[in-house]
Amino acid sequence: MRRFGLISVPYLWLLALFLVPFLIVLKISLSDIELAIPPYTPTLDLSRGWEGFTDWASQLDLENFWFLAEDSLYWKAYLSSLKIAIVSTIMTLIVGYPIAYGMTRAPDEWRPTLMMLVILPFWTSFLIRVYAWKAILSQEGLLNQLLMGIGVIGEPLTILNTNTAVYIGIVYTYLPFMVLPIYAALERLDESLLEAAEDLGCSRFTAFWLVTFPMSKQGIIAGSFLVFIPAMGEFVIPALLGGSKTLMIGKVLWEEFFSNRDWPVASAVAVILLLLLIIPIVLFQRNEEKQREAER
Amino acid sequence: MADAAAQQVFAPWNAPEAKPIIQFRNVTKRFGDFTAIDDLTLDIHEKEFFSLLGPSGCGKTTMMRMLAGFETPTEGTILLDGQDIAPVPPNKRAVNMMFQSYALFPHLSVWDNIAFGLRREGLDKDRIGNRVEEMLRLVQLGKFAQRKPHQISGGQRQRVALARSLAKAPKLLLLDEPLGALDKKLRQETQFELMDIQETTGTTFVIVTHDQEEAMTVSSRVAVMDHGKIVQVDTPDRIYEEPNSVYVADFLGDVNIIRGKASRKDMGADTDHVHIHFAEGQSPLWAATKRDLAEGTEVALAIRPEKVTITRDRPTDRNNAIRGKVHDIAYLGNISTYHVELPGGQIIKAQTANTRRVARRSFTWEDEVWLSFTDTAGAVLVD
Ligand SMILES: Nc1ncnc2c1ncn2[C@@H]1O[C@H](COP(=O)(O)OP(=O)(O)O)[C@@H](O)[C@H]1O
Ligand SMILES: [Mg+2]
Repeated sequence: MRRFGLISVPYLWLLALFLVPFLIVLKISLSDIELAIPPYTPTLDLSRGWEGFTDWASQLDLENFWFLAEDSLYWKAYLSSLKIAIVSTIMTLIVGYPIAYGMTRAPDEWRPTLMMLVILPFWTSFLIRVYAWKAILSQEGLLNQLLMGIGVIGEPLTILNTNTAVYIGIVYTYLPFMVLPIYAALERLDESLLEAAEDLGCSRFTAFWLVTFPMSKQGIIAGSFLVFIPAMGEFVIPALLGGSKTLMIGKVLWEEFFSNRDWPVASAVAVILLLLLIIPIVLFQRNEEKQREAER
Repeated sequence: MADAAAQQVFAPWNAPEAKPIIQFRNVTKRFGDFTAIDDLTLDIHEKEFFSLLGPSGCGKTTMMRMLAGFETPTEGTILLDGQDIAPVPPNKRAVNMMFQSYALFPHLSVWDNIAFGLRREGLDKDRIGNRVEEMLRLVQLGKFAQRKPHQISGGQRQRVALARSLAKAPKLLLLDEPLGALDKKLRQETQFELMDIQETTGTTFVIVTHDQEEAMTVSSRVAVMDHGKIVQVDTPDRIYEEPNSVYVADFLGDVNIIRGKASRKDMGADTDHVHIHFAEGQSPLWAATKRDLAEGTEVALAIRPEKVTITRDRPTDRNNAIRGKVHDIAYLGNISTYHVELPGGQIIKAQTANTRRVARRSFTWEDEVWLSFTDTAGAVLVD
């Protein structure tokens, strides 16, 4: 009984904070827009009893989903988000792996400091940090001033309000999510494994490819999902750093919700996004389980 | 007449013209200001089975790591086949090492672990396959070939590590406590297997062990180490029978140490023996030694329990006889060890083979007995 009680805690938690809101969103996505408060119809009127319920249920339909399927804007936005998420995940990996590797190779007494530096940005508001990038990347920004100052370029580069700025923003924001799991995987790697590889005829470089890299695979997978999943639905970064051409589903969702006040369509966009993300989330869970198994 | 070559004892260390495969020349290794290896000079010959014996932390692994190329000597040189190996990286040395921690690759199967070194040589698939199968048979792990290291037991992991280091058939094989996790039967089998491999391949083995029985069984020579120095290097029988110090005598097997003062006053012309006065009121012990000992030198007589005879009556055929009382009996099945207390309180151990059933043994607790041994039974040592 006590065991059951303990296990039920996380499930109750999930039920309250995930499943119930999801069901509400799902319900709204099946509703129609209405100039009212709340801005959709039907609403459930339980005072009319069973009849009220059937009445309510009969008015729900998949209209909004058909609408999304027919308008190319939406699936283009999904595809574009997918592309941006994949590309920035790869870029984060390319930047993050050497950082994590360097951290594990650093002398022991340095590691807490390096770890601190990776986590440090979390101490400032995410919004402020993204705004700071505006100041760095704009035409008159620090980056252009620096590059022109040392004479690398004559004309200021247009970075802000392009996809490049979005990539920079995502890589910057999610870097710790990539570095930390890879670091955790690399840190467990016993130095004697590399020695054994060398002893058996590997150069340092092949020892890295045959031992270090495969052994950090689990960390790479975990880090990639931790970057990919939130990047897919990212809204703030494309809104602040991206331009009018930057198409991301998070931004579309925001506009449907706040500019068009079309809650049902916005909800349908959210439901599809979630369904799309369930695949990588399940894969991520699998990876975590496999890792735990290997450690046993 | 028997074949002369077969009769010849394998003892290249006594042949002045033999060229050692490994030479340590005044090698010192320091970690910071800690000296792990202290001015060590040592020759190891081709086809030797050389054991390093010593307490934990005395520098055995460090010696191995210098041979494998993971540490460089702070001072001195190590020659392999007459060549200074300092500039040769580990992957270019014809040396393989079995790590004390096994260092198996956790992401690779048993099969792939063993094949790892062979693949680096760029051998073709069939040859790699055959060699791996051969190694798997050797360590009796055929059934576990596809398992990952975390799916097998500690003893099995140790055997994988052994197989992996053997697979490349190196000129020099370094084994750091290779059999510690195996149960006794498998350990003995593997020991003989190692000796077999050694005979067929001519590989030189350097092996670290803390099991003296193992060192005795497999070694051509044993080096006993203490605090980064080699205390004695010799064949197993000589290490056992003629230790050069109390430390060595004590390290290998069971030993009685009887301390006393040497005297040759009553010896006359006999310079091959010495009297050891070890207790008030006891007649001195008579021991063979060629050492030049000043009158009254503090010496220790190291004598193995199996060389001490226990009898009810005073034996007449031996010069050394001491009276005592049975204090304790340790019954080990094939042998029994009697702990006999001398009048001064010292305990001397005497071992006898149990050729009769235990119920019919001659002595029991508190019996008055005589301990006796010959003049050559013990070793006279000076610290
Ligand atoms: N990399 C190292 N840094 C500092 N001290 C070390 C290092 N490696 C070994 N030592 C020290 O050298 C001594 C000998 O170690 P080792 O050769 O591993 O001993 P053994 O194998 O005989 O138990 C130990 O006291 C150990 O602490
Ligand atoms: Mg060791």
